[in-house]
Amino acid sequence: METTAIKPGAAPRGVPDQLSELERLAQQRLRQRHRLVIALRLAVLVVTLGGWELAARLGWIDPFFFSMPSQILAQIVTWSVEGTAQGPLWQQVAVTLEETTLGFLIGSVLGVICGIALGRNKLLADVFSIYIKIANSVPRVVLGSVFVIAFGLGMGSKVALAVVMVFFVVFANAFQGVREADRYLIANAQILGASRRQVTTAVVIPSAMSWILASLHVSFGFALVGAVVGEFLGSRQGIGLLISVAQGSFNAAGVFAAMIVLAVVALFAEFLLTSLEKRLVKWRPPQFGDGGH
Amino acid sequence: MQNTRDAASPAIELTRVSRRFVSPEGKAIMALRDFNMTVKRGEFCAVVGPTGCGKSTTLSLITGLAKPSDGEVRIWGEPVTDIDPRIGFVFQSDAVFPWKSVLENVAAGPLFRGTARPDALAKARDWVRRVGLAGFEHHYPHQLSGGMRKRVALAQTFINEPEILLMDEPFSALDVQTRTLMQDELLSLWRDNGASVVFVTHDLEEAIALADRVFVLTKGPATVKRVVEIDLPRPRVTSEIRYSPRFLELSRQIWEDLKDEVHI
Ligand SMILES: Nc1ncnc2c1ncn2[C@@H]1O[C@H](COP(=O)(O)OP(=O)(O)O)[C@@H](O)[C@H]1O
Ligand SMILES: [Mg+2]
Repeated sequence: METTAIKPGAAPRGVPDQLSELERLAQQRLRQRHRLVIALRLAVLVVTLGGWELAARLGWIDPFFFSMPSQILAQIVTWSVEGTAQGPLWQQVAVTLEETTLGFLIGSVLGVICGIALGRNKLLADVFSIYIKIANSVPRVVLGSVFVIAFGLGMGSKVALAVVMVFFVVFANAFQGVREADRYLIANAQILGASRRQVTTAVVIPSAMSWILASLHVSFGFALVGAVVGEFLGSRQGIGLLISVAQGSFNAAGVFAAMIVLAVVALFAEFLLTSLEKRLVKWRPPQFGDGGH
Repeated sequence: MQNTRDAASPAIELTRVSRRFVSPEGKAIMALRDFNMTVKRGEFCAVVGPTGCGKSTTLSLITGLAKPSDGEVRIWGEPVTDIDPRIGFVFQSDAVFPWKSVLENVAAGPLFRGTARPDALAKARDWVRRVGLAGFEHHYPHQLSGGMRKRVALAQTFINEPEILLMDEPFSALDVQTRTLMQDELLSLWRDNGASVVFVTHDLEEAIALADRVFVLTKGPATVKRVVEIDLPRPRVTSEIRYSPRFLELSRQIWEDLKDEVHI
């Protein structure tokens, strides 16, 4: 019996100390790793940009074609301070953003409505799915030329192209989301007393929501592509026109500078959409990996 | 409403019901054949049978979500045509709405049926309390345990005051302790509500602990192999009743019938 006796208190006092020590070490390692990742990221950026600048200055690549970071920065500064040939920079950004946002809103509303209508109605789906497939197989950028001819150089043609870019993505996801709605949830709602309309609004649309939101995420980028390509094909204002003008005058720095402006716009929109998504689906359990802190 | 029903007719009556499915490849499957079953008013019936024999199919015929291929399904003497508002259904899987809070989930039935929102929410709050979830009104289902989600499902169903209650293996996903608690919870809710119940389960002991009568089905296509009266006294405490000699006797007796059907 004596061999199994444990001195009371001895082990319990030691264990928490060991645990907190372990915890402290683990957290320290995590912090170190985090710092390392950030340092490496900065290093990659510096090496890339520095290498580019160096290569251009030493004449390894022709700065006329490939420009260099300092020129691109100078171009952005010039645009912001003195404005572009078409007017102030912010105005070009505003025009492109307006076309993008309009196209995005119209395209996604149409996409969601059509997706839900076809998802909920088998006959509609059977009749129209073939046409949607055909329309979807047309490379959509080609439609840009048609729209410029039809709607002119103004905003209409860009919005139309953005709408077309967005519509099919959102439609496909809304349709799929409706089809994937859990049939037990639908049956439950029906037995609880829901009419067909209530099933759509209270069950089908909420459960399709995460599919729809996922498509909205990518389709804002598509709307931006639509607007910029539309401007590129013919317009009086916008970031696409900046690119097209810079290209026409062999101003490589201008093309890169416009690209950077576009990237900033896209990242900002991405940030806004992510926060919207978080608010709309607050009922969703946290994904594996995040949460639990 | 009361006078439209034949007072003598049973709550649920399935006569010579068959149900065939045609699979997507065009093969015909027989899920029920010549199926007869009668549930008296206020009676608690349990249905046990091997997996895939057609238990869920039977329930969906009673709800009106599916139509029989042959035979007739009647509730209170009238043929089932549509989903009857007097029916409640508790599903095996989590059928609570994940995007609604506990309170909104429980209020869903009255809201669907046109009750004014403040009234529906007040009633729901009362039912949330009755199933022991007070304080969790504004939680979402993913923040609850499996047992708590089942309580939400029970409140969601009972708030509509169903006169026929259909349950499809409602507790099969729960651990044994939680299941026993939920069985007692169900019995106490049912005592106040007095509905006619069809409770499908593959757990023989659960069937005996809860029911007045147990229907033992054959393997698919299902027919009723035997009906066993459970003469255990009520009110029952399911955690204790399973040690009574009569329970063990019934359990052995039904198992004799069931085991021939579940051979692989
Ligand atoms: N919608 C359906 N289409 C085709 N076959 C089905 C369908 N529903 C059920 N079945 C078949 O009917 C049989 C009985 O199913 P079910 O009633 O779900 O069994 P249980 O609930 O007893 O496990 C099974 O063989 C199943 O494959
Ligand atoms: Mg089943």
